[in-house]
Amino acid sequence: MMLELIDIVLFAFLVLTAAAIVRLRDLFAAAMMASLFSLISACLFMVMDAVDVAFTEAAVGAGISTMLMLATLAITKRVEKARARRVRVGPLILVTVTGAMLIYGTLDMPYFGDPNAPVQTYTLAQRFLKLSPDEVGPPNIVTSVLASYRGYDTFGEATVVFAAAVGVLLLLGGRRRDQEVDWDMTMGVDLRQVQEQITRREQDEQEEAEAEP
Amino acid sequence: MKHNDILRVSAKSLIPFILMFGLYVQFHGDYGPGGGFQAGVIFAAGVVLYTLIFGLRSARRVYQPRTLEAWICIGVLLYGSVGVVSMLLGGNFLDYNVLAHDQLHGQHWGILVVELGVGITVTAVMISLFFLFAGRGVRGPSRLSHDD
Repeated sequence: MMLELIDIVLFAFLVLTAAAIVRLRDLFAAAMMASLFSLISACLFMVMDAVDVAFTEAAVGAGISTMLMLATLAITKRVEKARARRVRVGPLILVTVTGAMLIYGTLDMPYFGDPNAPVQTYTLAQRFLKLSPDEVGPPNIVTSVLASYRGYDTFGEATVVFAAAVGVLLLLGGRRRDQEVDWDMTMGVDLRQVQEQITRREQDEQEEAEAEP
Repeated sequence: MKHNDILRVSAKSLIPFILMFGLYVQFHGDYGPGGGFQAGVIFAAGVVLYTLIFGLRSARRVYQPRTLEAWICIGVLLYGSVGVVSMLLGGNFLDYNVLAHDQLHGQHWGILVVELGVGITVTAVMISLFFLFAGRGVRGPSRLSHDD
């Protein structure tokens, strides 16, 4: 009973936070609310005994991704442009139908904690739970599944993180040139460009001077 | 934000514990929740906090972007090299049983090194992504990355 109450409260907060994110025009506040959303999700995972997932959600969702959003806001603007609010029928119908279909899809899923759910009856899960201490060893079976039984898969995940980082660094990198420029001292003026312009002008003047006599 | 005493002092006292907790999660993943991915993110969060308080320049002095790029690769290579070593010792790719005389010891070593690889890559990726985003803000007016 107590656990259900906690579930209901957490889900209510989740819905409220989501609604607030949609309504807010101040993007800084919206980023904070997104962080809160992740934290509540982490609490929900915690209640469901998925400690490792909760850990990741709290660290990534509430921590790092919020920081990245704030860093992005520092580059762009803090407040969303105000637009005329009028109801568009087409998108509304599309969203409603898609949402209804998604909810309809969840009806086929087993209930939470259902003993007859495939995840409980499937033989492989039983095998991992029984043999993991003798085959792999770590008391935390999540670790032995992730790092040993599914080591190949985790290697793929590490490679995905690597590839994504390489992509972002290639797209946004370009820091080779501005790396040594002291931005705080130059108030955002690229000293190198100024320097280049000066040398170019000097060269032009020299050429002109040479061409004249 | 360097000149805000409360922020500076509290961050200074918090950061060592955050970094320590990251290492704890990294190496205690066998026994409790956690592992390379979570540990990497927590460790990076400590560095991000340092960057927010003391500025991008001083953080970049410790974590130089070029070095970070190298660490991104080293982590993945470390993971892959465990697989290659286990193949050289006569097992399958990423088959940790052959890494030591005892099967459980082999598994222990394999998991430790593999998680370390994931942790290194994730830490370096998170820090360099944050540096990248924060560094772009320095061009214009920025609240995040100014030194004061």
